[in-house]
Amino acid sequence: MSERSTAVFLERQTYRRRRLIDWLRILPLIGLGLWCIPLLWSKGEGQGVSTADAVIFVFVVWLVLVVLSAFSAWALQALESDDKDATNTGAR
Amino acid sequence: MGNLNALVAVSLIYVAFLFGVAFAAERAAMRGKGNWLRLPIVYTLSLSIYCTAWTFYGAVGNAARSGLEYITIYLGPSLVLIGWWWGLRKLVRIGRSQRITSIADMISSRYGKSNLLAVGVTILAVIGTTPYIALQLQSVTTSLSAFSNAPSDSQQLSATAFWVAGGLAIFTIIFGTRNLDANERHYGVVMAIAVEAVVKLFALLAVGVFVVWGIADGPADILQRIEASEKTTWEINGGRWAGLIFLSAAAFVCLPRMFQVLVVENDSEDHLRTASWAFPAYLMIMSLFVIPIAVVGLDIMPEGSNPDLFVLTLPLASGQEGLAMLSFLGGFSSATSMVIVAAIALSTMVSNHVVMPIWLSSSGGGATVSGDVRNVVIISRRLSIAAVLGLGYLYYRLSGGGSALASIGLISFTGVAQFLPVLIGGVFWRGATRNGALAGLTVGFVLWAYCLLLPSFGPDVLLSQSVIDHGLFGWSWLQPQALFGIEGLDPLMHAVLWSTSLNAVIFVVVSLADFPTPMERLQGAQFVNIFEHSSRTPSWTGGVAKSEDLMIMAQRILGAHEAQSLFEHEAYRQGVSGLLPEPNAEFLQVLERELSGSVGAATAHAMIAQIVGNASVSVQDLMAVANETAQMMEYSSQLEAKSNELARTARQLRQANEKLTLVSAQKDDFLSQVSHELRTPMTSIRAFSEILRDNSRLSNAEKRKYSGIIQDEAIRLTRLLDDLLDLSVLENGQVALSHQVAQLGTVLDQATTAALSGAEGALNVVRTGQDNVSLRTDVGRLSQVFINLIRNAQKYCDAENPELRIEVSLKEDRLRVDFIDNGTGIPSVSQEAIFDKFSRVNPQRAGGAGLGLAICREVMNQLGGEISYLPGQGGAAFRVTLFAPLSLAAQ
Repeated sequence: MSERSTAVFLERQTYRRRRLIDWLRILPLIGLGLWCIPLLWSKGEGQGVSTADAVIFVFVVWLVLVVLSAFSAWALQALESDDKDATNTGAR
Repeated sequence: MGNLNALVAVSLIYVAFLFGVAFAAERAAMRGKGNWLRLPIVYTLSLSIYCTAWTFYGAVGNAARSGLEYITIYLGPSLVLIGWWWGLRKLVRIGRSQRITSIADMISSRYGKSNLLAVGVTILAVIGTTPYIALQLQSVTTSLSAFSNAPSDSQQLSATAFWVAGGLAIFTIIFGTRNLDANERHYGVVMAIAVEAVVKLFALLAVGVFVVWGIADGPADILQRIEASEKTTWEINGGRWAGLIFLSAAAFVCLPRMFQVLVVENDSEDHLRTASWAFPAYLMIMSLFVIPIAVVGLDIMPEGSNPDLFVLTLPLASGQEGLAMLSFLGGFSSATSMVIVAAIALSTMVSNHVVMPIWLSSSGGGATVSGDVRNVVIISRRLSIAAVLGLGYLYYRLSGGGSALASIGLISFTGVAQFLPVLIGGVFWRGATRNGALAGLTVGFVLWAYCLLLPSFGPDVLLSQSVIDHGLFGWSWLQPQALFGIEGLDPLMHAVLWSTSLNAVIFVVVSLADFPTPMERLQGAQFVNIFEHSSRTPSWTGGVAKSEDLMIMAQRILGAHEAQSLFEHEAYRQGVSGLLPEPNAEFLQVLERELSGSVGAATAHAMIAQIVGNASVSVQDLMAVANETAQMMEYSSQLEAKSNELARTARQLRQANEKLTLVSAQKDDFLSQVSHELRTPMTSIRAFSEILRDNSRLSNAEKRKYSGIIQDEAIRLTRLLDDLLDLSVLENGQVALSHQVAQLGTVLDQATTAALSGAEGALNVVRTGQDNVSLRTDVGRLSQVFINLIRNAQKYCDAENPELRIEVSLKEDRLRVDFIDNGTGIPSVSQEAIFDKFSRVNPQRAGGAGLGLAICREVMNQLGGEISYLPGQGGAAFRVTLFAPLSLAAQ
């Protein structure tokens, strides 16, 4: 049984696509979670988070989300065009 | 003033440029050459109408006053787009399959095409959007006034606002209602607002870059200034932070103008995928410089200057007039693009769901989209656009253009957020019903109006101060800003909390308790399960490709020649060279009419919609097609029954014909046989009578002999003719039977005596069996049969001592009389043929014509019995069987 040198996992393409879609579903939740961190910041004189830091935090999260989203969109397109090439039955 | 004139001139040039862009885009779309209209970036840029003049002016003011809170307005939409796979994708897919034209259309369509819902949503949308339009007008006039050094003259300002509103109305009417695209796509407008998106991004970036690097000393300096400002620590209320993010996300989907560009104007899901990262990037860049501008403005500008106008006043203060004008154009772009799309969206809803139903019901129902109705629709759209803009202008005038208007933005967001539970519930939950939606929307609307809208007009305008303080009717738990005693909440958040949560709860509860109509259930299944029965519709492939598909389909139905000539004719009428016309609405109507002659109206409509709309067919279409199909099947089954009957009749006729042919052949045979039989004795009679006539020297003995022969032959002839007549009478059934009662034994005795009297040879007749049976039959005819059989035995029996045995047997209800002789019998090949006419086994010994047995058979048939040859008895044996009527004799 362990002599099999070929990949045991079949249909890698479909599996990858499904996991990518799972990631697409998680990504906004990650974004929401990150952007809700300010809710946890304590307020009050002398111990609060400085506005400058807050600004940087929000925009960095934003940039990261944009980059991740762009990457996911590109990956999705790559997978789907592979699908289209593989099963080119001309479905409309 | 010179500034102002230059500004007005630049603005007018810019507006002319926008008109040109819109014209070019429309022309390209109509010609089918608009591939550049389908770039994903156009879709993303068109979403930028979310950034209105508030982004330019209000955001900076908000940042100056409240720090980072302004950013929540942009975080919500970013999350919605990053999470496009969850919700937007489904909305877009539904919008394309169901050919949704507005948010009112989607909600009403989901809940069984309820017009009541559509009207409710339209009214709520108009109430929510009108103040926002007024806000845009105000921002344009206020920014204009920043350029002129004279104090703002309210008369002049409102005149400016009026001209701006009028110009926007003209632009929208021209490009929003040129032709009725069935998909409600407005390519010219979309292109124009995409260009405006670039202008405003560029303008804001330019000002931002100038502020950060021109006025300040780079990002580090900005951060230092933030630290040094008042808002140095994070003080934003957590509830407000989260609530505003939620509100902006809800509004992003539910605002009519956003729904229009997101769903209705969407061409392909690939565009949505690109927008999922491109639009958050756009929002990020747009909002990046707001804080720097606010902070620098607070530092540099004199005390008491309006922070809303920092984008203009900072460049002006630094002597950058050109930059200030660019900034003004940016703000102008954002205001106008919002107003244009909002006007289109609202006028579509008002026209489709309020004006047209009223007009159709008052002018008599059953109107198909004929030329007249299309004109009415276009006129009603244009009037609606003018009305919406007029309302906006009116609101602006009545509100006095004060700062109260600025807060209207979030109030408007809360109003349209009431659509969210109904929309999301409808798209994800099949149990959502129309009554639930109505209840939820009503509750949400009432709470929104009571808690937020009415108090916003100021105390004692629509809601008296005492009500605000002490609640409705003095009930303190009905205080508009502290319902059920929950105080301490910011009024906006309070209203958002109560209105949306009660909206959702009532919606769910009523839907659970309610039972939907069949249409609602069908639409529910279609909407919620959209991914299961719609494919990823491909991108726009061009008008010519669609015409080709239409041609292929038309050829299949109309036939190649007819389809080609129709298409050629239409192409000629359109003035298009070649064989394929443009698939515009007129041509499609003509084609649909042609096809409906062959396949039925509903089927034709569905087929064309399939090709042209690239969308799946709606439920109503399917029901109409099923109806038509059922009718056609019924008709064809009727035709089939008729043709079966015809085939059967033809078969019967053929059989009758065959029988007639057979009978005719038989008659021919019979005639030839009869004439042959008649000729033989006639020949003898002629011959011998000729001898008698011509020969005078005949002896008496010879004369007697010849006369005897003539007489014998004459008798034979007579007998033959009698037999023939008898047979004919029997066969025709014209025989008259007289029924008598007699004893079988008596009949047999009489028959034997008659048959053997005057016979030449001797025949020994032996009788066996019980013959004292009473018969009720035609005795004469029966005797005829017996006589014939006995005579035959006497003639043909070739034994040395001929003996005929007559056996009588009675079995059940049958009487059997067997005539068996002791001769050699009849060979088996002839056993059936002997009953035929003119058949003689031994012609020499016959002496008769061969009709005897034929007559016997006919007689027995008439008497209700039969006669047959009995094989295997040694000699010739005949069995005469009698069925009813038969009465058994008493022993």
